[in-house]
Amino acid sequence: MATTTRPYTPSRPRGAYSRGRPAGGIELWTWFFMRVSGIVLVFLVLGHFTIVHILGDGVDRVNFAFVSGRWSSPFWQTWDWAMLFLGLLHGANGMNIVIEDLVRRESARVALKSTLYMVTLILMLLGTLIILTFDPAKGHSAIVGRFVK
Amino acid sequence: MRAAPLHEHNALQGGRPLPLVPEKVGTVYRGGQGQWSWALHRITGVAVFLFLLAHIVDTALVGFGPELYNRVVHVYHNPIVRLMEIGLAMMVLFHALNGLRIMAIDFIPKAADRHKELFGVVIGLYLILAVPALYFMGRGFVRSL
Repeated sequence: MATTTRPYTPSRPRGAYSRGRPAGGIELWTWFFMRVSGIVLVFLVLGHFTIVHILGDGVDRVNFAFVSGRWSSPFWQTWDWAMLFLGLLHGANGMNIVIEDLVRRESARVALKSTLYMVTLILMLLGTLIILTFDPAKGHSAIVGRFVK
Repeated sequence: MRAAPLHEHNALQGGRPLPLVPEKVGTVYRGGQGQWSWALHRITGVAVFLFLLAHIVDTALVGFGPELYNRVVHVYHNPIVRLMEIGLAMMVLFHALNGLRIMAIDFIPKAADRHKELFGVVIGLYLILAVPALYFMGRGFVRSL
């Protein structure tokens, strides 16, 4: 996966303008994942954007009460959690490809990728904790709630 | 075995032969809609990902209760941030529609031969969806001034 130089090898079965499907291994899995998560994210993200940022005066009405109301429903909790999870993985995988393409120096690539993976993992855990343990009655999530004055 | 020249290599794999452009061999830059959609897909993807990181952190503050979250989310009502929000919407929309085009090319054999027209469809759909989004978000921006 981590090759220092990537000679241009056209592996495109058909058109010349997409990253052709890799032959196998983890690259094939991430190739499929990008497409499957992508199609789900189109609906999740455009739906989220329409509802939260466009309808009903958009972000003007977004405050704690608004989010708390939404997260009282398991449906929106699941929606937001799926968006968090798929968005982070899709984005991290995309960044991984960009780093592979642009960063030639091994040490720089390792540093960037480690940072990327670490940030992705931390945000995934943080977001999961916040969304899934949010208690509208108490007005905060578990664990971090103890920091609330 | 002798390595097949670029144009043959692609033909061997069942694709249409690529045009012979020796000076461009070894790069992904071949011009046209393919190159521009590729570049835009990357730029919008990276930008949206960086925003996502910030957005997860600010939304996570909901877990810390109303006082902190309300103070922080107020940033989103600032006119300059609202302009950035509009830019974000435009980037997300392009990335989504162009992503669908990439999937069509990958999974539907006939779509690959029509990738230029498909890019036209992407631009058309983009305008159809971006104009109402711009209208509503623009209204919010004017209100925030």
